[in-house]
Amino acid sequence: MMVPLHSSVGVRARSCLHKNKNKQQQNTSSTKMTKLHNSMIPVLLLRNNIHVFTYIHRKENTRQKGAENAFKVRLSIRTALGDKAYAWDTNEEYLFKAMVAFSMRKVPNREATEISHVLLCNVTQRVSFWFVVTDPSKNHTLPAVEVQLAIRMNRNRINNAFSLNDQTLEFLKIPSTLAPPTDPSVPIWIIIFGVIFCIVIVAITLLILSGIRQRRRKNKEPSEVDDAEDKCENMITIENGIPCDPLDMKGGHINDAFMTEDERLTPL
Amino acid sequence: MEKARPLWANPLQFVFACISYAVGLGNVWRFPYLCQMYGGGSFLVPYIIMLIVEGMPLLYLELAVGQRMRQGSIGAFRTISPYLSGVGVASVVVSFFLAMYYNVINAWAFWYLFHSFQDPLPWSVCPLNGNRTGYDEECEKASSTQYFWYRKTLNISPSIQENGNVQWEPALCLLLAWLVVYLCILRGTESTGKMEQLANPKAWINGATQIFFSLGLGFGSLIAFASYNEPSSNCQKHAIIVSLINSSTSIFASIVTFSIYGFKATFNYENCLRKVSLLLTNTFDLEDGFLTASNLEQVKGYLASAYPSKYSEVFPHIKNCSLESELDTAVQGTGLAFIVYTEAIKNMEVSQLWSVLYFFMLLMLGIGSMLGNTAAILTPLTDSKIISSHLPKEAISGLVCLVSCAIGMVFTTEAGNYWFDIFNDYAATLSLLLIVLVETIAVCYVYGLRRFESDLKAMTGQAVSWYWKVMWAGVSPLLIVGLFIFYLSDYILTGTLKYQAWEASQGQLVTKDYPAYALAAIGLLVASSTMCIPLVALGTFVLRRLRRGDAAPVA
Repeated sequence: MMVPLHSSVGVRARSCLHKNKNKQQQNTSSTKMTKLHNSMIPVLLLRNNIHVFTYIHRKENTRQKGAENAFKVRLSIRTALGDKAYAWDTNEEYLFKAMVAFSMRKVPNREATEISHVLLCNVTQRVSFWFVVTDPSKNHTLPAVEVQLAIRMNRNRINNAFSLNDQTLEFLKIPSTLAPPTDPSVPIWIIIFGVIFCIVIVAITLLILSGIRQRRRKNKEPSEVDDAEDKCENMITIENGIPCDPLDMKGGHINDAFMTEDERLTPL
Repeated sequence: MEKARPLWANPLQFVFACISYAVGLGNVWRFPYLCQMYGGGSFLVPYIIMLIVEGMPLLYLELAVGQRMRQGSIGAFRTISPYLSGVGVASVVVSFFLAMYYNVINAWAFWYLFHSFQDPLPWSVCPLNGNRTGYDEECEKASSTQYFWYRKTLNISPSIQENGNVQWEPALCLLLAWLVVYLCILRGTESTGKMEQLANPKAWINGATQIFFSLGLGFGSLIAFASYNEPSSNCQKHAIIVSLINSSTSIFASIVTFSIYGFKATFNYENCLRKVSLLLTNTFDLEDGFLTASNLEQVKGYLASAYPSKYSEVFPHIKNCSLESELDTAVQGTGLAFIVYTEAIKNMEVSQLWSVLYFFMLLMLGIGSMLGNTAAILTPLTDSKIISSHLPKEAISGLVCLVSCAIGMVFTTEAGNYWFDIFNDYAATLSLLLIVLVETIAVCYVYGLRRFESDLKAMTGQAVSWYWKVMWAGVSPLLIVGLFIFYLSDYILTGTLKYQAWEASQGQLVTKDYPAYALAAIGLLVASSTMCIPLVALGTFVLRRLRRGDAAPVA
């Protein structure tokens, strides 16, 4: 369904930027006309809400000189702020230009940069646009390296001005410095490992020592009882000639009743 | 004077020890995988049938043998027939192999547990690359959980040939794991008992195999545990209880695992949709927030027709997001436990708590099984008079732990995970089948089924039902022979064995062939346990001949 373009829904068809400043005033109106002719304005009607979206077809030859010094910026306001998203209008663009000029002023030799030196172009509904910083005295655009450096240094301030972050306010050719994860001086896992290690070592030592002590006590008592019993057994065998084999415990046939009583007595 | 055999304080302690031994990591990471591969709920049919026909009878047999002979596996089979003590030796060898590699899993669980006390969880974010402009390349290609597992935990090398050095962090964790095991077995028995597609033949084979290994038959652990029982305890009841609890734990674990799968699949599907929407929004400069899950297909179709050239440029990068394909990813083993589960956990609320609880559970399962395992090794050693007369029990335990720990350091090298997979796949499978087969034949035909039955009746006071006798003498051995033939032919038909290696540059697993020495190691693993049976029989025969030869001239 084709619906004529409604300008009230935040759609901006801006004139594209010609890098020669002379041409800029001349061509502003004409490029506006060409833009409307060349743009394809399909619109989708979705259920009850009228979502108007336009895809503005950019003419590739509108950026000539200085194209390599222009940067594309992409904002995802609704993703970042949800319900509290603000609309992107000329005032926001003014703020953006101000922030870029501010960043350029921090670069040595560029302290004279004014807001009017920053030019925006091709604003889409995404919201995305191109910008370039010009130097009117020398009539050219500032080199990309300087702009990149300036933006990188003040990235945080620019983000905060728009309540966005590195992911929702993207400068497409300017990689952002990611914050490294906080690294404590001693990794946490070693601390926990050390604690558990010490506990286990202490427990093992305690158990071994108590085991040795128990065995020493057991060896002292039954050895005295043992000698007496052995003598008796030997006497029995000598007297009666009965072999002691049935009394031998090796077969694993233990008289449970006897043994349990013995075990009960030992801890004493 | 001969020391009395230590006993369990009460029958419940014995049951708990058996349960904690049988319920292990296999219930968590193998059974749900098998369910998923072989038709979900319908896998339960072959599983339960095999449980009744194979699992319970063999479990009862092992417990009864241990309780009757009152010795570890070597002594028990020597009592049945001196030529068969090789079976016990083979059990001990297999248990030793298992002990070596199984505790590495506990080491990894400790590692993850200690790392769970951080915010954010270390496997939920990728580290930054050198100049801090993006994330590490390997982490981008794979996922952060895979990166943490393969790079931070294992520091895996690209193939089994590149050995690398021993990594000190997992080595420390392995040391700790062995210390914990030593602490638990130090006091012996008193401390180990704690308060554990129907038409598709593969489904049946896997059901039989799962029951077999899940119950831990053939390692000698069950014989060892039962040897500390009162002769009169009702091992039939215990066998049924242990196997039922083991199976219900498996089923419960599958329910949990499937819900985790569902959560992860949904999360990844929504993530995929979000990425595709972002790609389209950026390429065609659509309004931010315009594309949603519901209108995505419609808009894609429109864009394809309206701007075909631009769409075809971006088309290769558009992934087809499908919930079904996310759900279809079935993983088993360490991949499930350490990658899939951690991925699901990192997306939950209060992820540190869930992470700690989960790895604590893994540790409990793993250490419980390790204790049963070490009991299988230690009981025959402490039973043997030669060794126990020279060394106290604590020293024997310490020595076994030390040797296993030292050899286990191999698994902490950079290629360690590949060796781990070798041990996991080959150390126990064929050997156990053979061991249990010989066990069953030994008890039924060498010792004599009637004699065994009367022994049990005298011990426990209960008659052995005809069902058990039929299973022991006929059905179970036939089943095991069938399984054995199947696996043997499967290995032979497959040809060269292959393994999965992690390729850091691609961020995914690739299949490679085992080198010759790895194949030799596999052959040695299987042979060293299975050859014990005939070798010891032969050795006993030769010794007896010599002794008879010596005795004859004297007489």
